[in-house]
Amino acid sequence: MSANIFPPQTLAQKLIARAAGRSHVAVGEVVTCQVDLAMFHDSSGPRRLKPMLDELGAEIWDKNKVVLVLDHYVPAQDTDAQKIIQITRDTAKQWQLPHVIDSEGICHVVLPERGHLKPGMFCVGGDSHSPTGGAFACYMFGIGATEMLGVCVTGQIWVQVPRTLRMHWSGRLQAGVSAKDMMLHMIGRFGMNGGQYQAVEFAGSAVQALSMAERMTLSNMSAEMGAQAGLIAADATTTAHLQSIGVSPERLAEAKQWFTDEDAEFEQHRFDASSLSPQVAAPHSPANTRDVAEFADVAPSIAYIGACTGAKLEDLRAAASVLKGQRVASGVQLMVAPASAREQAQATQEGVMQILQDAGATVLPNSCGACAGYGATFQDGATVISSTARNFKGRMGPASVNVYLASPYTVAASALRGRISDAREVLA
Amino acid sequence: MKKSTFQNARVWRLGADVDTDALAPGAYMKHGLEVIGWHCLEAVRADFASGVREGDVIVAGANFGIGSSREQAAGVLRHLGLAAVIAPSYSGLYFRNAFNLGLLLLTCAEAEKIEEGERLSLHWDGETPQVVRANGQHLVCAPIPGFLMDMVDAGGLLPLLKQRKQG
Repeated sequence: MSANIFPPQTLAQKLIARAAGRSHVAVGEVVTCQVDLAMFHDSSGPRRLKPMLDELGAEIWDKNKVVLVLDHYVPAQDTDAQKIIQITRDTAKQWQLPHVIDSEGICHVVLPERGHLKPGMFCVGGDSHSPTGGAFACYMFGIGATEMLGVCVTGQIWVQVPRTLRMHWSGRLQAGVSAKDMMLHMIGRFGMNGGQYQAVEFAGSAVQALSMAERMTLSNMSAEMGAQAGLIAADATTTAHLQSIGVSPERLAEAKQWFTDEDAEFEQHRFDASSLSPQVAAPHSPANTRDVAEFADVAPSIAYIGACTGAKLEDLRAAASVLKGQRVASGVQLMVAPASAREQAQATQEGVMQILQDAGATVLPNSCGACAGYGATFQDGATVISSTARNFKGRMGPASVNVYLASPYTVAASALRGRISDAREVLA
Repeated sequence: MKKSTFQNARVWRLGADVDTDALAPGAYMKHGLEVIGWHCLEAVRADFASGVREGDVIVAGANFGIGSSREQAAGVLRHLGLAAVIAPSYSGLYFRNAFNLGLLLLTCAEAEKIEEGERLSLHWDGETPQVVRANGQHLVCAPIPGFLMDMVDAGGLLPLLKQRKQG
């Protein structure tokens, strides 16, 4: 059978076809896929799943394919949170889950950090930022706890094969401009549901030039664009990164087949990375985005570097490059919640954490923290500039809290100057 | 097959981009649906939680349910007795969660015509729901595939899985 009898496929179609046991799939058809990996955390996981599994008298289809991460309610702020953590740990023991990552970082960062994601996989996560896995050429998307129950019982899930919206970025980002700015710009242009629950794919020379951490930021915030998945084709950067964290070359032999055929059907949008300014999303929507220069009058009282979106090792390095040898402006409180313990350890070894602490940073635990809004949040009336993903009214504290979203560079520069500032001026 | 429906349902009119954090605020996520229900939508519509009654419907603008995967944002509306949500578009993730929890979402391009306090009924034309206004006008909604309506009619995926196990 010759290969050319099948129409060309997008990366999304190829990934779904493999998981559905098909040679190809057509956009719009509903197919049932085998799940290669299911991730859930302390909020979406055992406390919700166990009662439902018990009620059904069912068991997890394949424990080896499940990863449990404790990141939302850690460290416990009160007895209710403590109870949730206890249920999670007790259930993990009872179920004898082989892959549990407890209080060592945020799920979307520790999952790939531990080598769980490899190109070609079809994965679901009990969290809306699960499209982060798309940076590794995995079809990964977020689902709720009840749908996760369905996956746990059957090992399967339905998807409607999506169209692909390809975001093509040419040129190269300037120093002090990052993937977060690209993403805020795209969300501003297309809106919070502009992804229409289809697959977004990031491509072009500016995307290929990005590290895996920066690619993860693009895929992560596909959620804020309303896409089901945020995909990036596997390339030499992907395989080199995975080898560096211990994935065997044999597992990566076929990684480079995961790309969109050039003659496949997709909707393409073009952007120029070279001319992109740092972007800021004003309260209360990530789509409320404009150039950083338009916010020069805003004086934040809190500068927050945290979350899966904005506190990875490279994000910490970016902030340190701005703050090196300086202190934040008086009246600004800088908080840093590194996304994982391993990344924090590496940042410590590199002197990055020392720079941030010397600048006045308070270092917070490796968890979702204020971003999720589940525990400690910001006080009444605070003005916050934050490297996180969402600034909905009431998410990170009372409805009176105003959150501006920006890159770690911009958060650091704004902390330094006491006004929302362009890091390019500081780095120059 | 029986189809979930409503008659003479009272409308709560909301704007666009109603997010999951407004429906199920993070500060109460450690509690059950009863507590979340007391605070549902308090950031955008303070009179909702205390005023909503069994059988009411929400009519909203585009992008209803954007944000988190927390299914309590759908579960709380069933807990409060909402018969359906009617909006021109939904977050895809919220859409899946709602049907998995047995909450009927009607995708209605003309939802913007409906006003606060109006009375609405639901009429089915095969797989295509139609929202019927008090003035007799029919607003045609997007068809809902049978496998999704099976979940609504069963009360959600969990009861459906139980039925199938017993059946």
